[in-house]
Amino acid sequence: MPINREDDFEERRSHLEGLSDKELKARFWELAEDVIDPLIDLSKTHTSASIERSVLLRMGFNSLDAKAIVNQVVQADLLGKGAGHVVYKMAKKEDRSIKEVGLDIGNEKYDKEELKKLFDGGES
Amino acid sequence: MDLNPEKKIDIEEILKDIKSYRPRRRGWTWRKKVEDQKIGSFQYKETSEGLKNSVPLPAARSFNNIDPQPEPVITTEIASGRFEDDIRRMRMAAWHGADHIMVIRTAGQSHFDGLIEGTPEGVGGIPITRKQIRATRKALDYIEDEVGRPINFHSYVSGVAGSEIAVLFAEEGVNGAHQDPQYNVLYRDVNMYRSFVDAAAAKKIMASTGMLQIDGAHNANATARQAWKVMPELFVQHAINSMFSVKAGMPKDKISLSTVPPVAPPAPDLRLNLPYAIALRELFDEFKFRAQQNTKYMESSIREATVTHTLNLLLSELTSADLQSTITPDEGRNVPWHYFNVQAVDTAKQAFAGMDGLKDLIELKTDEGYLKEKSRELKERAILFMEEILEVGGYFQAVAEGFFVDSGEYPERNGDGIVREKDGGVAANSIVERDDDYMAPVCDHFGYNNLPEDLDKPCDLIGGCTLHNPDKIDFIDELDPEDNVEKRLEKTEDFRENDMVKPEVQWLGDGWVNITMFIPESEAVAEYASIEIAKKMNLNDPEVIHKEVMQPAEGTVCEVKGWVDFSIDKNKLEIPEKEEALPYDEIRGFVDENSLSVVAATVGKDEHSVGMREIIDIKHGGIERFGIKVTYLGTSVPISKVVDAAIETNADAILISTIISHNEVHRTNMKKLNDLCVEKGIRDDLILIAGGTQVNNEMAVKAGLDAGYGRGTHGDDVATFVVKSLRGDYNEEE
Repeated sequence: MPINREDDFEERRSHLEGLSDKELKARFWELAEDVIDPLIDLSKTHTSASIERSVLLRMGFNSLDAKAIVNQVVQADLLGKGAGHVVYKMAKKEDRSIKEVGLDIGNEKYDKEELKKLFDGGES
Repeated sequence: MDLNPEKKIDIEEILKDIKSYRPRRRGWTWRKKVEDQKIGSFQYKETSEGLKNSVPLPAARSFNNIDPQPEPVITTEIASGRFEDDIRRMRMAAWHGADHIMVIRTAGQSHFDGLIEGTPEGVGGIPITRKQIRATRKALDYIEDEVGRPINFHSYVSGVAGSEIAVLFAEEGVNGAHQDPQYNVLYRDVNMYRSFVDAAAAKKIMASTGMLQIDGAHNANATARQAWKVMPELFVQHAINSMFSVKAGMPKDKISLSTVPPVAPPAPDLRLNLPYAIALRELFDEFKFRAQQNTKYMESSIREATVTHTLNLLLSELTSADLQSTITPDEGRNVPWHYFNVQAVDTAKQAFAGMDGLKDLIELKTDEGYLKEKSRELKERAILFMEEILEVGGYFQAVAEGFFVDSGEYPERNGDGIVREKDGGVAANSIVERDDDYMAPVCDHFGYNNLPEDLDKPCDLIGGCTLHNPDKIDFIDELDPEDNVEKRLEKTEDFRENDMVKPEVQWLGDGWVNITMFIPESEAVAEYASIEIAKKMNLNDPEVIHKEVMQPAEGTVCEVKGWVDFSIDKNKLEIPEKEEALPYDEIRGFVDENSLSVVAATVGKDEHSVGMREIIDIKHGGIERFGIKVTYLGTSVPISKVVDAAIETNADAILISTIISHNEVHRTNMKKLNDLCVEKGIRDDLILIAGGTQVNNEMAVKAGLDAGYGRGTHGDDVATFVVKSLRGDYNEEE
């Protein structure tokens, strides 16, 4: 929770007093790195509906279709596989174009189980 | 399409075949600096390449219309809710020197889960859509060709659709964008985990096309209760976004810190802002700086805002600015109007021209004393801030504990910071861990991606992605049959096609005008009186947008806006034709053959001599340079003496100057001159001309003279009239 505190700068800074300007700058950037490293790690290992829609846009879907596809992927609990991945796999499996398959997924032509089955066992 | 400087930009032409438009380039463009550039009579130290077409500063009239362009890119923010009107404003701003056009998004877009399509009208900004971006970028292509300098187009990558917007911008050649996950968290209450995860993906995409990123730290200034106390935190916010961006794949020279001088007068502006600006540039020396102007302490006074912004420009000059942002001085009274964008750009251009080379003349005392001590103190406070973030368990915990935008000067804390819960906010619990076999078959995708080996590029898996093959982009035109640009254009056809004219401040045909009046009453009386006066002037919805007490009892100045519901047919206007001056040789030849002479004087009880000397003196380019013999009688000369002198010297013309206009004395003098010449029987032998600040041709002719001239007249104009009159040119025309 937010706190109230008097300005205790003079006491707090004692360990910084001896640092040269150069050392101070290095310390500043070290701390910045320490603060953001966990944030970068989180970003590397996670995805979101927006990120997955951004993948589908790059694959050539418009924003409405991308949204519909991601909704289906979320329903099937497959966001962690990648929405583009789901479309890609289905297209490979059925030997059809990415675009056709994607639109079909968006139009709910496949049920959850059919989408899930793409990731059962076999290689990715 | 080439733009014709004399013609309005054709919005319908721009919208034509917008589906197949492709951006001509991607990424950011800086101005081209020119060392020691000679422009007109001057040597400049800090300018960039000039423009092909531009509107120079008003005073450039006295300097051969030079228009020196400063080194920093100059930003203007344009977003009225209708992009088709903004495009016209962009052209005006570009002619005055803006080369970075920032488009603010409509209220609510950051919470919109996906992309908006089509061209709906916005509120307080523009709905950013593919069609709107294409049309604007296409228009900017034409405009940059017209002015002769690349224009950067910019908007915002934030909210819960940040990653998609980044892709959209990359595909459509948007040149720069704001991206800062902290902004989402603190000010838009988007869930913190979601904000950062999406931001990394967005930043990587932005980096792929060389977009320039601007961060969002300056918002802490605007939000904090006492903006100058938030300085230590600003370093921290800049550092978090900058380091996060670097690690997401963005090069440092594409990361720009948005920095605002936190305080403004009557606070001691430079004493507080300068050490902060210096410390920031020392710590972030590998990054770029976007100097924003102060909005926190803006009231409705245009004058006050302009002075604050000029001090901000001084700060930029004393430290550095790669981009100089401008804030319209009317932001404290309404959504910015066309001409205030232009004024703000001119303020920057004017100040930089005036301060050119300042650092060669003065030196800041950064080695010892106040500047050094204060900037060191700020850096240390920022370091202590980050140390405590780590102590409490990291960034997310610190946000949850209200570390940010606290009004205390850190480490002082006032317990009023913005608190966000880790699992709260818009789109809470919406990030998903990537499985081991997670895969995205596209390029420039940040983070873990289990792609097959031996791929040249990821999108080879799917035969190319839109970043490599723009033809894959699936363009949506419009979704709403009513709320779109075509429907809006239908309503303004009268003004675009049918020669009707109506004043406007932001939208074609909006009818708004602003009037200024001084009311010799107290503030309250003046305010309500000015509204009644505006109503009697037939202004609709009058509203006082600025008032300033001159003295509590003696009076108040009020600015009132209101709109008119009529328009004018421009074909029915009677516009006097402006006469082109004859070439020098032609005038000189005629004068030599006919040995012309004139008598000149400032008449009545009037001691103004400058105007007349401008017209006659050879050193001012006056009529003497054509060899015309001038008998100058001085100032406060009686009309009778002027006429006598004309008879005595057998002059061809009389030139009188009459500046004072109290009680219509200028009209009386003109009439008197004509009457006396008629009385003496010499009227037909003389050309009678009057000049003065309150004189115009119509008025002079009505008084019986041959011509009258107001401000901005030169010797050439007068000499041309005399020569043409004597040659009988005007008789032939009749």
